[in-house]
Amino acid sequence: MTVVPVLELRGATRTHGTGEHAVHALRGVDLVVLPGELVAVMGASGSGKSTLLTLAGGLDAATSGEVLVEGVPLSGLDAGGLAQLRRRAVGYVFQDLNLLPALTAVENVALPLELDGVRARDARVLALRALEEVELGSEARRFPDQLSGGQQQRVAIARALVGVRRLVLADEPTGALDSVTGETVLELLRSRVDAGAGGVLVTHEARHAAWADRVVFLRDGVVVDETGAAPAPSFEAAR
Amino acid sequence: MSVKHGLLALLCEGPRYGYELKAAFEARTGEAWPLNVGQVYTTLARLERDGQVERDSEDAEGHVHYRLTDAGRREVQAWWDSEVEREAPPRDELAIKLALALTVPGVDVVAVLQRQRTATVRALQAHTRRRRALPPDGTAASLVLDSLVFAAEAEVRWLDHCEARLARQSRTSSPARNGARA
Ligand SMILES: Nc1ncnc2c1ncn2[C@@H]1O[C@H](COP(=O)(O)OP(=O)(O)OP(=O)(O)O)[C@@H](O)[C@H]1O
Ligand SMILES: [Mg+2]
Repeated sequence: MTVVPVLELRGATRTHGTGEHAVHALRGVDLVVLPGELVAVMGASGSGKSTLLTLAGGLDAATSGEVLVEGVPLSGLDAGGLAQLRRRAVGYVFQDLNLLPALTAVENVALPLELDGVRARDARVLALRALEEVELGSEARRFPDQLSGGQQQRVAIARALVGVRRLVLADEPTGALDSVTGETVLELLRSRVDAGAGGVLVTHEARHAAWADRVVFLRDGVVVDETGAAPAPSFEAAR
Repeated sequence: MSVKHGLLALLCEGPRYGYELKAAFEARTGEAWPLNVGQVYTTLARLERDGQVERDSEDAEGHVHYRLTDAGRREVQAWWDSEVEREAPPRDELAIKLALALTVPGVDVVAVLQRQRTATVRALQAHTRRRRALPPDGTAASLVLDSLVFAAEAEVRWLDHCEARLARQSRTSSPARNGARA
């Protein structure tokens, strides 16, 4: 029996603009994430980490190459199909959090479930439980602007982990957190992955990347090395 | 560090024989620095010669236990009371290698940096895995592993810093002056 990867990028390329103004954010990236596997992506600012994640989450489309989530090519899905995938299968922690300011913490976390047809009361129960997991149970009724940066970050993480997400994509999820709280977040991510989800963790902190099973290094939109493989002898592709 | 002070500190808790000392040392320090038994016995012999430990009873299996003398106790106290020497850092092969890679013509410095980054992150993954596998009462061992984790992280940050500096330099100065092809 072959295992279907939770995520697969085949020659994924994303170019912004054309001609001499073209920015090659991602160039021919191959990546496979299996169920139960956490892959970290490291690289300098502008190396394409967020781009890789937005392609993986179906938030942006590849210019060329293919992205498959649980074996389904995203290029074959219409807008409705992509939206459903994002609500149901993919949990996403955005680099800039993306919390809705008019909703309380618990409402923010419950929203993707409700959009997906879960009854409001059930969604709320699940959302509260997710907030408790990130130690924010007592702040559940606060609005984002009544929470500290680190607390907002944990709300965003609860929103990404609530329900049964089979692919968790996290862009710098430990950014505003102190080192012990950051570790709680990694533990949550790790336990979700150990329970069978696939995960991609974007981070510039090696200490956090080390929680992953495999660390992939990006430079100028190209994968230049990874800890799972023997060190690559040459980096010509990155120049 | 000297194995000597580690053994003396463990003997403060009561008499132990060589293998016990080895096992206690390793468990206490997260198995980060394995000792061989031979090293433990040579150290004990030297400490005995210097009057800091003495032979205690022999147990039923014939293990010779050692215990601390007053001189040994004073030696441990002096260790707690002094700081670990940091002024003259040991020779750092990586820093030396990079300095030479930058100045000797024809070396792919970026490749050297990336190869090291991957290796150091791989070591970091191993420390992290071991740390996560520790039992809940393993605080001392986990703090030792944390120290390795932070040191490895600092090395990765330094490598990132080197690469960023090289990239900036190659943007602002005429190309390939000193062989750095960043
Ligand atoms: N909409 C866009 N239009 C033009 N260029 C873009 C656009 N989005 C991203 N880029 C460029 O693509 C490259 C990769 O960006 P990306 O956001 O993926 O980097 P990153 O690795 O996440 O960086 P950081 O660590 O700063 O978050 C950068 O050079 C960026 O300027
Ligand atoms: Mg980014």
